[in-house]
Amino acid sequence: MNIVVLVKQVPDTWAERKLSESDKTLDRASVDVVMNEIDEYAVEEALRIKEAQGGEVTILTMGPDRAVETIRKALSMGADKAVHLSDDALHGSCVIQTSYAIAKVLETLEYDLVICGSESTDARLAVMAPLLSERLGIPQLSGARKLTVADGKATIERQTENGYDVVEASGKAIVSVVEKINEPRYPSFKGIMAAKSKPLTTLTIADAGIEADKVGLANATSQVTEFSTRPPRQAGQIVKDEGDGGLKVAEFLASQKFV
Amino acid sequence: MVEVLVLVEHTDGTPKKVTFELLTAARALGEPSAVFLGAPGSSAAAVESLGKYGAAKVYVAESDDISGYLVAPKAEVLAQLVTEKSPAALLVASTAEAKEVAARVAVKTGSGFLADAVELAADGTATQSVFGGGVIVKSKVSTGTPIITIRPNSTPPVEQAGAAAVETVSVTISDAAKAAKITDHVVEAKGGRPDLSEASIVVSGGRGVGSADNFSIIEALADSLGAAVGASRAATDAGWYPHQNQVGQTGRTVSPQLYIAAGISGAIQHRAGMQTSKTIVAINKDPEAPIFELADFGLVGDLNTVVPALTEEVTKRKG
Repeated sequence: MNIVVLVKQVPDTWAERKLSESDKTLDRASVDVVMNEIDEYAVEEALRIKEAQGGEVTILTMGPDRAVETIRKALSMGADKAVHLSDDALHGSCVIQTSYAIAKVLETLEYDLVICGSESTDARLAVMAPLLSERLGIPQLSGARKLTVADGKATIERQTENGYDVVEASGKAIVSVVEKINEPRYPSFKGIMAAKSKPLTTLTIADAGIEADKVGLANATSQVTEFSTRPPRQAGQIVKDEGDGGLKVAEFLASQKFV
Repeated sequence: MVEVLVLVEHTDGTPKKVTFELLTAARALGEPSAVFLGAPGSSAAAVESLGKYGAAKVYVAESDDISGYLVAPKAEVLAQLVTEKSPAALLVASTAEAKEVAARVAVKTGSGFLADAVELAADGTATQSVFGGGVIVKSKVSTGTPIITIRPNSTPPVEQAGAAAVETVSVTISDAAKAAKITDHVVEAKGGRPDLSEASIVVSGGRGVGSADNFSIIEALADSLGAAVGASRAATDAGWYPHQNQVGQTGRTVSPQLYIAAGISGAIQHRAGMQTSKTIVAINKDPEAPIFELADFGLVGDLNTVVPALTEEVTKRKG
């Protein structure tokens, strides 16, 4: 079972995240960056399948040079090798273009399964799995809180608003996972040392056969026209419970016509 | 007048409130037409209410193939409609599934995609609230048909009579779109409470609740208010409450009229899921908890006594 795991480097959610004043794209330069948290669960799930059934785990990341730090982390968790799609021409690509670029790279790789996190903490679109499913013509198994791979079939429990759906597909598939699926491991010291010598292939858009006029800010399918920082909320009224706390909250709710 | 397609969100044929919000928002761009996708015979109950909120037409596509396979069949039908009707836009709700459907339609029709709009202007400019609500962005689709997902609770639904003329759409789903088969629906949530994403009131519990059993006091307060129940990540990670109820960065984003946070400190990851709520009430015993920075009304106290007393008071006043 050969698995490709999609991993994204994102600004740390603890940091103040901004858009760049000059081109209104995500400011990746001035913040601390980390592996998108849910992607750690995707890596872990792939490693567990590999450990049980054999095969190779390949990390695929699209992002600037700096994304190598995140790739190394995934390798240190135990992935075997990595592909890094990195090209200035990709800067400012919208999600539709990003899915095109990633699909082009996936077409050059051997895989049985693609696993990704359900969403990134920066854009929070939660649509990469369906986009890649559409582009690659492979089934979409998204929002998985459980994944079982057996007899050439992948089965998931797909998180829904009131429970879960059981969804299955045969052959190749793209799976996106939610954090309930497992508990990701921490890289061991040995893993960190080993990651330094694991194969990392860096691709430009030309290497991957990506057409330059289908990616990048100038060709994006949507544009940010303006942005502003939300004004902080007005400080409210804070009271201490003197034994009548429940009543005080009820009075506030009544004053706002909620009860 | 130019047509705007609105995908109907429904539960077994009954449209959800967010559908009426979408029909209302669509009027900024043109004349709304509803698109109903579901199992055979499921649309009958929906048509009248869709007309009440301005749907000029209701395109109905019913097939077991639509309900029996994940996402792709719905995208196929919608893409066909977008291609035939060339609408000013396709609007869907920002639910997990509808976003996925919309994204696929965008690829199929060579269109741009914007998610989680909270406002829509006449020229198609969408306002989005990003980075946990800290930044407000205006964006516009420049390629193909604008495909836009809109957050529940962002547009108050306003009635406006529409003809609701039903047009049946013949459905032929390709084999490729039937690759991910839904073999079972399992309901775990206790019935009777509104959906978290579209509830007007949400009551959430966090680490301060202390145990799974003690979530019953959060549920009791929610039930007294007719509210949905949420939980912080600390509470879902501890196994005290189901993961699908998690509000925050890695869970659901809610924007209700009233959000009550009990025993939740208000870490940035939680705030990302709730800080666009209209009114926020916080109950926490730690006066330094960051949740109080957001609260319109904060009570420093022990939720174990405050919450039951509040429930009793609400029940009395509503009685």
